[in-house]
Amino acid sequence: MTAAMTTSSFPLGPIAAVLGRAVVIAGDDIDTDRIIPARFLKCVTFDGLGEQVFADDRAELSGEHPFDRAELQGASVLVVNRNFGCGSSREHAPQALMRWGIRAVVGESFAEIFYGNCLALGIPCFTASHASVLSLQDQLIADPDQELNLSLATASLEDSRGQLWQLELQAGPQQMLASGQWDATSQLLAHDSELTRTAESLPYINGF
Amino acid sequence: MSAGTLYDKVWDLHRVAQLPGGSTQLFIGLHLIHEVTSPQAFAALKDLGLRVRLPERTVATVDHIVPTTSQARPFADPLAEEMLATLERNCSDYGIPLHGLGSGRQGIVHVIAPELGLTQPGMTVACGDSHTSTHGAFGAIAFGIGTSQVRDVLASQSLSMGKLKVRRIWVEGQLQPGVYAKDLVLHIIRVLGVKGGVGYAYEFAGPAIDALAMEERMTLCNMAIEGGARCGYVNPDAVTFAYLEGRPYAPKAEGWERAVAWWRGLASGADAVFDDEVRFDAAAIAPTVTWGITPGQGIGVDETVPTLEQTEPDERPLAQEAYRYMDLQPGTPIAGTRVDVCFIGSCTNGRLSDLQAAAAVAKGRHVAPGIKAFVVPGSEQVAAAAVAEGLDRVFREAGFEWREPGCSMCLAMNPDRLEGRQISASSSNRNFKGRQGSASGRTLLMSPAMVAAAAIAGKVCDVRQMINTTP
Repeated sequence: MTAAMTTSSFPLGPIAAVLGRAVVIAGDDIDTDRIIPARFLKCVTFDGLGEQVFADDRAELSGEHPFDRAELQGASVLVVNRNFGCGSSREHAPQALMRWGIRAVVGESFAEIFYGNCLALGIPCFTASHASVLSLQDQLIADPDQELNLSLATASLEDSRGQLWQLELQAGPQQMLASGQWDATSQLLAHDSELTRTAESLPYINGF
Repeated sequence: MSAGTLYDKVWDLHRVAQLPGGSTQLFIGLHLIHEVTSPQAFAALKDLGLRVRLPERTVATVDHIVPTTSQARPFADPLAEEMLATLERNCSDYGIPLHGLGSGRQGIVHVIAPELGLTQPGMTVACGDSHTSTHGAFGAIAFGIGTSQVRDVLASQSLSMGKLKVRRIWVEGQLQPGVYAKDLVLHIIRVLGVKGGVGYAYEFAGPAIDALAMEERMTLCNMAIEGGARCGYVNPDAVTFAYLEGRPYAPKAEGWERAVAWWRGLASGADAVFDDEVRFDAAAIAPTVTWGITPGQGIGVDETVPTLEQTEPDERPLAQEAYRYMDLQPGTPIAGTRVDVCFIGSCTNGRLSDLQAAAAVAKGRHVAPGIKAFVVPGSEQVAAAAVAEGLDRVFREAGFEWREPGCSMCLAMNPDRLEGRQISASSSNRNFKGRQGSASGRTLLMSPAMVAAAAIAGKVCDVRQMINTTP
């Protein structure tokens, strides 16, 4: 299995756009066990996960899996179909994708926990209609060298032919990513007095 | 928009603040952690120089990586040993209670929190594990989170969340003998699909739900996530209170009376408004078995593997992938499918009543030649209670192995796994490709009683025929 590790750094701060080539993973209901099989969860850091992303699918296709194809090495956009990332809550799944090089995902729909895990890493998950995603996937498979430009502000994708694809990005995540406030920890810590008040109001915290 | 539901009430009680971007800061009443999804969260906490905000509201155990044969330390697998040692160090450093191996309270996190009385109605419960939905059985709002969110709960005892819609799943009638909560939930997912619940919390209600014991309600809510719903719940009632009374962390004395009064008031009212409602008839449900590679690909044990013509057009590519992977032919009966391995256990079906149901089938019978069958209690307490009833002996005499508690072959992060193309009858929750530890291994999900029946017959069979006849 070749390791196609990205040389660019992980998302940090405000994210205005994601640029780069795209890799297509076709199929509905691709679960997080597929993205990163459980045996690779035996680790205390996420460091090595990039090489293990889609490990079993890649082994089965012996070099022909999109994540192994030479022309797709260095891609930064993943284009998927419906309910991508269902199943286990393992953040190892988006971590593995991110460490392989993925910085944005475009799909028909996403499982909720996966979507939230991506957001926490600064990876926008755009959605588009069934027809639009299929058409985009066809075009990307036919011409994998295209450099794409995904804009967060307009939730759109521009391909290298200048064609503009309208996508959707939920308003909340869009604002959080664009402002660099997609990492929730500091926001949550900013309301400590309100948190104390909430805790004090809950009967089960105070022995009923 | 929903109003007056338990979900709305619990949500409002736990709101801390409105966050930029429109999400809500939600207080987390109970945070459960284990060895797999917490080490990176603690490392991040350390890097940021943060403390654990309310260590007494986090509880730890070890479940995913523990071997179920010998649990002597150090584990034979150095990675597993490192993960447990890391959890032990983190819990010790931050003052978090850990129910470890041999404590009498260790087990699968979603089994031990209810049995210790930690999970209570009206709480928000979070854990870095998607099957946290289990705790909704108590009328808690419980959901799985990723490791960044585990870090956030450790640091702030809260999460940034968006509110879900609420779908009421109303179940009329009663489940027939030999049909269990597992069959009910597999049937619901079969009908509503694995993505049908995305964006929803599922409220399970109606006469059939009222009649379920707490452990059955846990099985039901456990698999809400397999239907795409991040949380599922049942309104608290007398069954809930009877289960909780006297448990180690349940309220005591006058506190108990006040607690019950508060819990009663949290249930969805008669005038509650739901975003959606779906109805089922429990009496019409047969023992259900999955034939494919998602939990939604299930059929009654008396049915045949659906043909493409019987499959919705947009589900056909997945069906074709499933025929290939499972090597099952469309149009053939699922009953009679030969199995290699039979697994009874997991956070879905590793509780005492699950073992009782399976033992009732196994008693006086024997596992078919060539079948590997094993029983993994969900916790040390479940194991002790089962042994006290002699269930371990029933299983051993019938040719099942009796193991130590853990997640075992549900996800195969430990030595228990399928080999090659083996096919399992499994009481767990996921039949994804490769889920049980072999990249080409196959899984048929079913109830524990159905797994026991499959072990004895050596193939998928209708447990109703076994419970109606003496061995």
